[in-house]
Amino acid sequence: MADTSSDYAIEVNDVSMIFNIASEQLNNLKEYFIKIMRHELFFKEFRALDHVSFKVRRGEVVGLVGTNGSGKSTMLKCIAGVLEPSEGSIVVRGNIAPLIELGAGFDAELTARENIYLNGSLLGYTHEFIDEHLQEIIDFAELQDFMDMPLKNYSSGMVARIAFAIATVTEPDVLIVDETLSVGDVFFQEKCEKRIKHFIDSGKVTVLFVSHSMKQVERICERAVWIEKGVQRMDGPVKEVCEAYQKQFS
Amino acid sequence: MSHKAGTTKHVTHLTSSLSKDRFILQQLVSKDFKLRYRRSVLGVIWSVLNPLLMMIIMSFVFSYFLKGSGVDNYPLYLIVGNITFALMNEATSTGLRSIIDAAPLLKKVRVDRWVFPVQKVFSAAFNFAFSLIAVVIVMLFFQIAPTWHIIWMIPALLLLMVFCIGLSMLIGALAVFFRDMIHLWSVLLTAWTYLTPIFWDLSLLTNSNAPWIVVAVVKANPMYNYIDMMRCAIVYQASPGSTVIILSVVWALLALVLGYIVFRKTEHKFILYI
Repeated sequence: MADTSSDYAIEVNDVSMIFNIASEQLNNLKEYFIKIMRHELFFKEFRALDHVSFKVRRGEVVGLVGTNGSGKSTMLKCIAGVLEPSEGSIVVRGNIAPLIELGAGFDAELTARENIYLNGSLLGYTHEFIDEHLQEIIDFAELQDFMDMPLKNYSSGMVARIAFAIATVTEPDVLIVDETLSVGDVFFQEKCEKRIKHFIDSGKVTVLFVSHSMKQVERICERAVWIEKGVQRMDGPVKEVCEAYQKQFS
Repeated sequence: MSHKAGTTKHVTHLTSSLSKDRFILQQLVSKDFKLRYRRSVLGVIWSVLNPLLMMIIMSFVFSYFLKGSGVDNYPLYLIVGNITFALMNEATSTGLRSIIDAAPLLKKVRVDRWVFPVQKVFSAAFNFAFSLIAVVIVMLFFQIAPTWHIIWMIPALLLLMVFCIGLSMLIGALAVFFRDMIHLWSVLLTAWTYLTPIFWDLSLLTNSNAPWIVVAVVKANPMYNYIDMMRCAIVYQASPGSTVIILSVVWALLALVLGYIVFRKTEHKFILYI
């Protein structure tokens, strides 16, 4: 796919995400058929995203802002490939490290080591790659002595540490960071921020950053996209977007 | 719906999604296996012990009841039927819940969804491999040497697995939308157990002047065909009949095609219902 637009790492083309909110919960066959027979199967349509389009260049750091429930997380999930957009298309070039929800596939009964391999496989790492970087992951998560202990004996902070360490062990092409994701104690949070900062500073990693803190967005990003109630309100230099965003509250 | 993986080749990430899926499959199967017997004293020995104990108990009663029906070695006949049916039983009842149980995972990362029902079939097959040790023990005990017909086991197992994959994809997908499937399936499995000559023999049915329709249903029953193929390899030591082979292939393909189509048509909506 060496086309002209390939200097874009993320392309969101006219994406809409429609959820059907059933007027009532139907979880069994009988009810379902009765409703169909009576033509009573109504759904309320809810547009979580309404024709959103933006493109992110390679190496660009873009902030995504909006109030709660405005569709930011839905957007991120669409880009990460967890959700499929109802309309439009999304192209992501390169591998993604989605720091949205960590620890996919973690099983409380398995040991930390086993979980690293399982989670790694889901993130698309090879077996050899995990073998090579196992020590790195362990060191970053600071859990040398507990590798063969079942995960259920860990504190939730420790689990989050492992998850973060696995997800960021490789330098991704595209990094999606949800600020609401706070990992572990203050010291570890600093460590995480440093690692993310390192990715950003390298200039090679494309970053999509979601935050409610305008200060943070202004500090880190060059550009921002503002989504409100699923509708794209603004896309431009970070200063202008943040100003406009904050104006709505005053 | 394009969600293309990148143009840049990365050594760290598996580029082809099939090899990624294979690694995931392998990890999930090993997880299932590790969790199954963790913290049990006998561990994996249970996979061998379970069919053996079942066989001993069942043959204690039923071997008299089947006298003169043409089954020579009843314990062996029984254990082969039992473990073959157990493979289907385990594969489909875990496959049924595979998508629902993978919900926390599907909500977090992008992963090919077919991996989950397929993985359950592989886990069941893995368990089946251990039950074969029990079969070897029985054969040693009764001093039965296998003949070259034992190779029929391979097509029998493969076809049964294909059948189970199709079935698991079908019911796994349906269970996402209708949780009724979970209850319905346990009823169907019980009925299926009795419809299949596991502890009884087909001759009991034909000798008792059962109406042709009953015999036809039992003979068309996919599990009868897979079990018969398995028994031909191990118990009868003969090649299976052509009808059995044809029906085994037809059922496997039918299940796979149907399961694949239903799964493909519905998988985009899974995330909204789990």
